[in-house]
Amino acid sequence: MSTYVHSETSLRSDFLDGMRAGVPVVVASAPFGILFGALAIDNGFTVFQTVLMSATIFAGASQMVGLDLFGQKVAPWLIVFSIFAVNFRHVLYSAAIGRRIRHWPTAKKVIAFFFLVDPQYAESERRIANGKDIGFGWYMGLGSLVYVFWILDSLVGAVFGQMISNTEMLGLDFLLPIYFLGLVMGFRNRPLFLPVVLASALGSVVAYQTVGSPWHVSIGALVGIAVAVLAPVKASVARRQ
Amino acid sequence: MSTTVAIILAGAVLTYLTRVGGHIVLSRFERIHPRVEAGLNAVPAAVLATLVAPAAYHGGPAEIAALVVAGLVALGVSGMMTMFLAGAAVLILLRQLLG
Repeated sequence: MSTYVHSETSLRSDFLDGMRAGVPVVVASAPFGILFGALAIDNGFTVFQTVLMSATIFAGASQMVGLDLFGQKVAPWLIVFSIFAVNFRHVLYSAAIGRRIRHWPTAKKVIAFFFLVDPQYAESERRIANGKDIGFGWYMGLGSLVYVFWILDSLVGAVFGQMISNTEMLGLDFLLPIYFLGLVMGFRNRPLFLPVVLASALGSVVAYQTVGSPWHVSIGALVGIAVAVLAPVKASVARRQ
Repeated sequence: MSTTVAIILAGAVLTYLTRVGGHIVLSRFERIHPRVEAGLNAVPAAVLATLVAPAAYHGGPAEIAALVVAGLVALGVSGMMTMFLAGAAVLILLRQLLG
């Protein structure tokens, strides 16, 4: 790829490309944004606090966990810590994406890392796997679309949430695992895919049953990553070819 | 400032630190060891699997069937949307039938 500064037209077309990649993400996350808004009101948040949480934390699963604990009147520091624990996986995304955007100016990196949510990370890795660069334009096209809709979904959920009477029949509570499974399957051509996924799955279920949520995410992921780290290096290189 | 707003803002600061921290720590190293690289390559599938497995473990027939169908569709179709809609359709249909 050329390292020349992109012209304004190509920046715009990259931005539009990024937005296009964000459309399925927006569609898939909308039910959760709306559900979050409705649950936030249910747990005693104001509309302002609901929107503030989506706009500043911008991480669905941790926002749900935070709400849940808030409703249980848990100590504030524990709520903050749980949000941190659920989002700790972003350290790993940051390290992985940081390798790809190392050459960006610091100001752009400072902005970009704010938008590094699960689908942002997954779509970026998918684009790299397809042999394309992730430029600031593409990255922000994707990130800003997902961000704006996440806030709007929360607002819609907060205002109209009480109208959803039977969320279970609509399957709202189980759309997230289906979506995450789709993201998992997107990585199936990577070296050691099956052993890593099986180890993580097993580790997370055991952790869920013993230590409990939200630690199953970090523990399960570490088990899967340990398998990849400890596997013979040659085997993983050979498989990549 | 209310306690709720303080909790939200503290959660936001820590969340941002996780998103910027991995890069700040890793960029201190000139070369990346192959095993570290193998570990980093395994990150997305490893993390995302932990968000699926306990849900599958605790799911009933409708939930398991939805994941199986979605997984099979994902093997044949590259886009996310088809597999997602297929899984959602199976889930809603079976919940109506079984529920």
